[in-house]
Amino acid sequence: MPALVTRDLSYRYGRRPALERVSLQVQPGRFTALLGPNGAGKTTLFSLVTRLLEPPAGAVTILGRDLVAAGSRALAEVGVVFQLPTLDLDLTVAQNLAYFAALHGLDRKTAAERIDRELAALGMGGSRTERVRTLSSGQRRRIEIARALLHRPRLLLLDEPTVGLDIPTRRGIVDHAHALAAEAGVAVLWATHLIDEIRDADHLIVLDKGRVVASGEAQAVVRRTAASSLGEAFDKLTAPGSEAP
Amino acid sequence: MIIRFWRAFRGVAWREILRFLQQRERFLAALIRPILWLLIFAVGFRAALGVSIAPPYATYITYDVYIAPGLVAMIQLFNGMQSSLSMVYDREMGGMRVLLTAPLPRWFLLLSRLLAGVGVSLIQVYAFLLIAWFLGIELPLAGYVAVLPALVLSGLMLGALGMALSSIVRQLENFAGVMNFVIFPMLFASSALYPLWKVQESSDVLYQLCRLNPFTHAVELIRFALYLQLNGAALAVVTGALVVFLAAAIWAYDPARGLMARNAAVVD
Repeated sequence: MPALVTRDLSYRYGRRPALERVSLQVQPGRFTALLGPNGAGKTTLFSLVTRLLEPPAGAVTILGRDLVAAGSRALAEVGVVFQLPTLDLDLTVAQNLAYFAALHGLDRKTAAERIDRELAALGMGGSRTERVRTLSSGQRRRIEIARALLHRPRLLLLDEPTVGLDIPTRRGIVDHAHALAAEAGVAVLWATHLIDEIRDADHLIVLDKGRVVASGEAQAVVRRTAASSLGEAFDKLTAPGSEAP
Repeated sequence: MIIRFWRAFRGVAWREILRFLQQRERFLAALIRPILWLLIFAVGFRAALGVSIAPPYATYITYDVYIAPGLVAMIQLFNGMQSSLSMVYDREMGGMRVLLTAPLPRWFLLLSRLLAGVGVSLIQVYAFLLIAWFLGIELPLAGYVAVLPALVLSGLMLGALGMALSSIVRQLENFAGVMNFVIFPMLFASSALYPLWKVQESSDVLYQLCRLNPFTHAVELIRFALYLQLNGAALAVVTGALVVFLAAAIWAYDPARGLMARNAAVVD
């Protein structure tokens, strides 16, 4: 069963279309990259999938549950890292994570154990009592990822999680997300406009001007567009007037 | 299932209290504002404005005793608007997304936030009443307990108003407008600072406005409760206003309408 399915999902901001009939699937144990330039509709898609917006047309199914019918319960096994930072700067790392754990119904003991474990896994074990305001943006990002994993989600959504980070930090976060998919079986949907974050074997969905213009294994997308690299394929797919292959 | 709701509520309340305790300036400002009114404004008006016998008072009272319940309500009014500011801040800083994507009904999450805000206002109110007591404003001892339900109800009503307003205020910078167009008119066109019969002597229009103002009824609910009496009309108006404001807030935070649809302008 796919972890996430969208069917003919559309959304408009006033008269301006943001998404048009977007259909995609995210499978468990796979790293799915949602690649698109700025303004392609990636954040809108994330907002629709997380119920921050409601789609006027189309459907979203999360782990077999229709999002409209199930409502907020459909988000019980979804972890989200939003594009904009969402940590409370005035609270400590542990307080931020404990707040999130409470929202997801974890008892204090379980929450404390998981906070320790997830922070350690991301190399942030020593930061529990530090105020978020004092941390670098890379550290904050890692804490947001640790937070998104506290309730053991089966679907992890990450919206441009590496924007503004240095290369080693970016690499570490990309590696961690790939490991979550490969080793823990988590379905990962990773929105990005950075081509070097995508690996050949990743499932790739290219979004441009609110439409899916290509999807499949990254290597296969490159082949289908007769390009020599993913960068070239992306340029061809998103060039003005281009048609999906 | 109930335990999940309880844990979430506890988490939301704990976060609000932590934030409040870490913002010492906010606590001080919340206390200094009514104390200044009590020490300066009330002393100045004490000689000019005598307050005759009118329910719930059984005897003549001085002006500073009269405005104490109004200042309690003022603390709650400012706290409600502070919650509104905090929600706008959370929306801009992303914190609201964390709350609204939790796997619980949105009305429950918003109500939890509202109740947590009321809890914070109660800390401020009782701190003020303690200081006022030291300044000579002695209320019936049982009134300090009897006023609690009235404070919860009025705090919820004003908090719900703040929550509904937070959906209208798109940016933090626009919050000054709320101060000018909501807080001050509500405070000054009410019975918080002067009795309504005095207002009526000056202007019947203003008197009618004061009567329509739900804040007036919050003040009177608190005033009567402090003197161990129930003002049924005030209770009805405050409850009705709470239902209306809360419904407006929940509607505004509905993903298909209101705030989320209007303010989500990021199209990456």
